[in-house]
Amino acid sequence: MSLLSVRDLVVKFAMRHQTLTALDNISFELARGERLGIVGESGAGKSITGFAILNLLSKPGFIAGGKIMFDGKDMAALSNEEMRLIRGDRIAMIFQDPMVTLNPVLTIGEQMIETLQAHRKISRADAAQIAIVKLREVYIPAPEERLSQYPHELSGGMRQRIIIAIALLLDPQLIIADEPTTALDVTIQADIMELLLELCQNNKVSLILITHDLGVVSQMTERTLVMYAGKIIESGRTREIVNDPQHPYTQGLINALPQQTLPGHKLKQIPGNMPGLGALPTGCAFHPRCDFATETCKKTMPEFINFGDVKVACHEVARLHQINKTAEQPDD
Amino acid sequence: MSGTSDLSRWTRFKRSNLVYDFFHNKVAMVSLVIFAVFVLSTVFAPLIAPFDPYDPLQINIMNSELPPSWQDGSDPQFVLGTDDQGRDLLSAMLYGTRISLIIGICAVALQAVLGISIGLIAGYIGGRTDSILMRIADIQLSFSTLMVAIIVLAVAKAIFGSQSFNEYALFMLVLVIGIAEWPQYARTVRATVLAEKKKEYVDAAKVLGFGPMRIMLRHILPNSVSPIFVISTVQVANAIISEASLSFLGLGMPVSQPSLGSLIASGQAYIFSGSWWITAIPGFFLVLLVLVINLLGDWLRDVLNPKLYKG
Repeated sequence: MSLLSVRDLVVKFAMRHQTLTALDNISFELARGERLGIVGESGAGKSITGFAILNLLSKPGFIAGGKIMFDGKDMAALSNEEMRLIRGDRIAMIFQDPMVTLNPVLTIGEQMIETLQAHRKISRADAAQIAIVKLREVYIPAPEERLSQYPHELSGGMRQRIIIAIALLLDPQLIIADEPTTALDVTIQADIMELLLELCQNNKVSLILITHDLGVVSQMTERTLVMYAGKIIESGRTREIVNDPQHPYTQGLINALPQQTLPGHKLKQIPGNMPGLGALPTGCAFHPRCDFATETCKKTMPEFINFGDVKVACHEVARLHQINKTAEQPDD
Repeated sequence: MSGTSDLSRWTRFKRSNLVYDFFHNKVAMVSLVIFAVFVLSTVFAPLIAPFDPYDPLQINIMNSELPPSWQDGSDPQFVLGTDDQGRDLLSAMLYGTRISLIIGICAVALQAVLGISIGLIAGYIGGRTDSILMRIADIQLSFSTLMVAIIVLAVAKAIFGSQSFNEYALFMLVLVIGIAEWPQYARTVRATVLAEKKKEYVDAAKVLGFGPMRIMLRHILPNSVSPIFVISTVQVANAIISEASLSFLGLGMPVSQPSLGSLIASGQAYIFSGSWWITAIPGFFLVLLVLVINLLGDWLRDVLNPKLYKG
């Protein structure tokens, strides 16, 4: 049985004049110890998926439909208190910007001890011992001294390590990492990702990695979901998606990676922006930006169908696949 | 371990921006020194004061309205002269300032407890709770403090009778000033809570499974102390003025236990007969006390406002 199962999740935002659909029929499964990447542009609904799993959508957002099962339990059936006990304990979350996710007026030690004491009957001294062990696991030098320091005394990379240590404090089964390295220096990004990967593998923790960086996803995860305008448009094993993307949007994302461009050339960007939720085009939401769009794309929403080893939501996937194949053949 | 961490906290405090700025700001230093003199002299009033103004045996009506020592016709015993009943004005003022400060601080403590809890709840929970609590605050604010206090105190005086009212006057004043002014705190706290609760550390705290009480008290409140600090100084000054005004109107401290306000009131009738000092000297010290507290508050606001020193 999978650890997390999301079925037909719909999240809506009740605005003053209209109700916007931020997540439209999102379904995915996550096995124990599995690492899943969720990729997409800003506003695609990646972070909202994370918050919806924890039932922490802030107003005006709300879950309008679907079912989230975690460890065999229906999350919607849990009381507030039961839900609170799952947060932090069974499911931990790591946020984007380590500069603002630690409470500025509490020491690192207080924040770690408080987290432990909120979920376990444990003395301060014992909690401090566990905190030191966890800090050592994330390679924080001199962890004993860090406990009495405040967040502002530490560098960004160090803080993100501490946030990861806090996430691991209660040995969760699932970590949701929402762009955990976006706010960090490039040199530190790789370190943090490596650390996260190592810790997930060693502790058999499942990971949902929310990011816009396909490079990171390919290193870190086993399966990938690509989201666009609140929908999953492609899903499958990360290797297949990165090496042989089927959806024109995924292809565009991969072509836009700097590695795909020769030095001195312009990056191959996807033209246009993702549409706002209030102004979604008819048919396939990607069609205004798609080079392969046809009349059908403008009118009807594509089904999410199996295509080879992946699932993809595109009318033209077969034709595209053919085009790509013929384009690749001369290289053989 | 606690010893070392206390030490580091103290060193941290010594190196902080607050302390640095304090020693580079003459107004703040002078104000704090004057305020400290006020506080110390009232705390040790029984030791410093030459007479006990609460002891009728030490009061001789024959000494009434003696001028301060630098004027003709004064008695060297009474440095600042005497009031209409022959009380030593210096002693009466030392004890009076004590009462003024006690009322000011206790009333503000009451305001703070009420206002901070209501502000936290309103700001954090939001929605209908917020609207209801803030409308109550608006209504409370639209009555002036003095008006509320006058009505309540006058009614209390009528119900309890003058004698027993005098016994509980201190308590009543704290209660009335405390309750009349809580919306100041509630509004300020609510505004900062609204700003703080959007910050990611609050989301992070929720994600860690903390309950709303813990998030409010342990996470949001400590991040909102700067405005609370600033408003507290202003409110202490306001409370002292309110108390003085009420005492001046005869609704405050009884003549037998004068505060600065009741001293000013008791001298008011004698200004035109030449005994200016009974009103003027306590008045001067009242102004000075309120002024230094306000100056300290201004300084705190400047230091604690990150926009002013980072920009």
